[in-house]
Amino acid sequence: MMLLGLILLLLAGGLVAALTERLHPNAPRWASLGVLAVAGLYLLAIPLGAQESLPWIPRFGISVLLAMDGLSFALVALTLFLGLVAVVSSWTEIEHSPGFFQFNLLWTLAGVVGVFTALDLFLFFVFWEVMLVPMYFLIAIWGHEARAYAAMKFFLFTQVSGLLLLFAILTLVYLHYAGSGELSFAYADLLGADLPPSIAFYLMLGFFVAFVVKLPGVPFHTWLPDAHTQAPTAGSVILAGILLKTGAYGLLRFVVPLFPEAAMDFRWPAMLLGAVSVLYGGYLAYSQSDFKRLVAYSSVSHMGFVLLGAFAWNTVAVQGAIVQMVAHGFSTAALFMMAGALQQRLHTREMGRMGGLWQSAPRMGAVTLFFVVASLGMPGLGNFVGEFMVLLGAFQVDAVLAIAAAVGIIVAAVYALSLMQRSFQGELPEGEDGLAVAKVADFGFRELSVMVLMMLALLWLGVYPNSLLDLCAPVVAALGVAP
Amino acid sequence: MTALDFQALAPHLILTGALLVILLVVSFRRSHRLTAALTLLSLAAALAVLPWGLSAGHREVTPLLLLDSYAAFFNGLFIVIAALTALLSQRYLKGSAGSQDEFYLLLLMATLGAMTLASAQHFAAVLLGLEVLSISLYTLVAYPEEDSPPLEAALKYLVLSGVGAATMLFGMALIYHAVGGMGFAEIAAFFAAGERSDPWLAAGLILFLCGTAFKLSLIPFHMWTPDVYQGAPAPVTGYLATVAKAAVFAMLLRLALQADLLDQGVAFTLLAVMAVLSMVVGNLLALLQDNIKRLLAYSSIAHMGYLMIGLLVLATLSDAAMAVETALVFLAGYLAMTLAAFAVVSEISSAAAGERERIAECSGLFWRRPVLASVLAVALLSLAGIPLTAGFIAKFYLFMAGIEGALWGLIWAMILGSALSIYYYLKIVFAMTLRTGEGEALPTSALGMAVLIALGVVVLALGVYPTPLIELAGEIARQLVQ
Repeated sequence: MMLLGLILLLLAGGLVAALTERLHPNAPRWASLGVLAVAGLYLLAIPLGAQESLPWIPRFGISVLLAMDGLSFALVALTLFLGLVAVVSSWTEIEHSPGFFQFNLLWTLAGVVGVFTALDLFLFFVFWEVMLVPMYFLIAIWGHEARAYAAMKFFLFTQVSGLLLLFAILTLVYLHYAGSGELSFAYADLLGADLPPSIAFYLMLGFFVAFVVKLPGVPFHTWLPDAHTQAPTAGSVILAGILLKTGAYGLLRFVVPLFPEAAMDFRWPAMLLGAVSVLYGGYLAYSQSDFKRLVAYSSVSHMGFVLLGAFAWNTVAVQGAIVQMVAHGFSTAALFMMAGALQQRLHTREMGRMGGLWQSAPRMGAVTLFFVVASLGMPGLGNFVGEFMVLLGAFQVDAVLAIAAAVGIIVAAVYALSLMQRSFQGELPEGEDGLAVAKVADFGFRELSVMVLMMLALLWLGVYPNSLLDLCAPVVAALGVAP
Repeated sequence: MTALDFQALAPHLILTGALLVILLVVSFRRSHRLTAALTLLSLAAALAVLPWGLSAGHREVTPLLLLDSYAAFFNGLFIVIAALTALLSQRYLKGSAGSQDEFYLLLLMATLGAMTLASAQHFAAVLLGLEVLSISLYTLVAYPEEDSPPLEAALKYLVLSGVGAATMLFGMALIYHAVGGMGFAEIAAFFAAGERSDPWLAAGLILFLCGTAFKLSLIPFHMWTPDVYQGAPAPVTGYLATVAKAAVFAMLLRLALQADLLDQGVAFTLLAVMAVLSMVVGNLLALLQDNIKRLLAYSSIAHMGYLMIGLLVLATLSDAAMAVETALVFLAGYLAMTLAAFAVVSEISSAAAGERERIAECSGLFWRRPVLASVLAVALLSLAGIPLTAGFIAKFYLFMAGIEGALWGLIWAMILGSALSIYYYLKIVFAMTLRTGEGEALPTSALGMAVLIALGVVVLALGVYPTPLIELAGEIARQLVQ
């Protein structure tokens, strides 16, 4: 009951946060912070390898089957930590109905924790869909000027691909039932399903499309820049930091293990999509003048490495993909938080109206520089480890695609440094914008403290990635990854 | 007829008796509250004797009616929905110019008709039930007499529904011509004997199914639906969209199962084509609406299309009980979520002040009336098929049955339709979250709010823990198939 308890804790915490709004506008924020802190401690108490099962819909062999292995643990820990970052980053931004805001935030996190721990495909799908509804509200209610369009696009993309996923899951379950006479949605049972190769390929595509939309990989990425740009800061932090990882997690946990042969048949196109995402995402990022949009497109580029690594399917590449997932979570969350902080102070995300910010806000400048170089793959920080390992693994499978993706690191340097240069360095902009920039308030303790925590995390990942690699090594072996 | 027959028929008899009593009471003393209270009391009594009536066993009462657990399942649902409609109508009708008493009489009569349909096993009972239901509904649709949209809607419904009923009747006559009997069992025996190449029979089946499709508002027999849904008073629209549809479907499913109707190629093809059209075109047309009642009308057309999958798998599944179970679970979910949506529309409208039914009028509802808006959001998300709501379990069942029965074309139509539908349901949800919107006070009643909250909870409960419903539906399906 411990894993279910974690999810229920977040759900109940959401209700509490919503109800405390009447007491004081700050009460929901503290409640949310408290719930996340308790959930973090609670997570540490859950032993690795914990597994629990409750009957749910016995008619179809559906149960509440939750399990926690190293990969789940790492991603759940990331989720709770970035949840904390999201609460802190939106502390003064959200004035309208903070209770309902925290409610949606915590319910999204509960859904994500469910996705990372569910080992029953029906339950997984339920969490997969349910986490979207509160996320939709976060964008639709507290988003920026074009939120209606962005929220709708986000929901439609994920829902429609979700329908394909549902169709694929149910067909898989039925084929397994027809073959074995046992109706079950349990992951472990379905792993051994004996599928006709032609059908297996289409089922694999159903899973693949749903997860690549979420990842997102080219050509399914078009919802991402809109949703990330229009979401409030906390929404962007959660979207980029955590929700994208659910897609990557799905690729590693479900697509390849459930359909090993079909996935290997599809290896080259999938890796090609990964490499194209890396390059095209980077190219698009460089063309943006909107701070947040640039960071959003850089996510497409970085998650391309994960797609590349997942389908290279050897230990180095998959381990690299996992490191990349965690490291990207920190670096992008931090950059989105920075974008939110700038927007709150300057009321714009246009880099044309920034420049020379370092003079008035040196702490913000230093923090941004740190995460910019992390994002472009500076050795010693987590992202470098992830990207390097993915490229190393991918090179053994397909040298051409690995070399092409490696060029993406150069592209990353171009857009990341231009972000830094256009916003923090150079001359002050002319006119009123310049006055606004000159008066910008630097980071206070609240913002600086979470930023420092994320910097330490990236540094730790960069200097001693073995802590994460050792945690995930048994999982990677159990998934059946080639050595 | 024996005492046991009367016992089995008790819920019908109680409602019939209550109709007469209320009619007499109304002619001596007109009081909105008294009539409403008597109506609710009689519905409660009918619901209370339902298990007792069922304890008489599965009884054939005259050749017309078969009172089994299948009929009892639907009768229970109809009685509960009628009671909820009566509760919602109280505030809605308050302040309307005419008298309100007859509204409840008509509601009881319509419910009686629906209950007859659900237990019908003979064409005579089908016609009887259908006409009692429809004629009560014509009047209910036109009930706010001082307004022209309800009158226009009622007239449209009357004329088109009359055509539908006539078509169905002619179909029955042709089937009778071929079969020589009007009981479902006689038709079944005729088909089982293998004489099937009679052109009159095929024509009769086609006409009968077209008449049924009219009542279910399957495309292309849906023309009346949006106008009637829009023009009718909101509580009546809710009743029309739930009870009137479910009753006709209950009859059709019983006939199809008993007589293996879908083994007739013409019946299967006709229903499959109408189902696909309803799913795809219904959802496409719903995209264009900015009136919530019209939008829900097209959405119910689409849902009737989905429901047809539950019927059509009868022909391809080896286990007929699974098909019946699917249809029952889907209908239970559909009734709960549709009623919840219409309950919210009734609660923000009234006969005196008119309908508040444009999407724009919902803007900001989340901040003005959080409970109302939350129930509507739950109902809409359920209609869109989001997990943890009744609507998801309903669609999940259709997917499972469709995959098992290998109805791939219908499943793809459902996927396409569902994908389209997300857009228009979310449009309403988004409007409710806007921070603008006129701040005028919406009068609501404690009773209405209680009904709303109960419906919202039911929609969520069926989605979170559907096992009791699944077990009940499975048990009824097994008994029916035996």
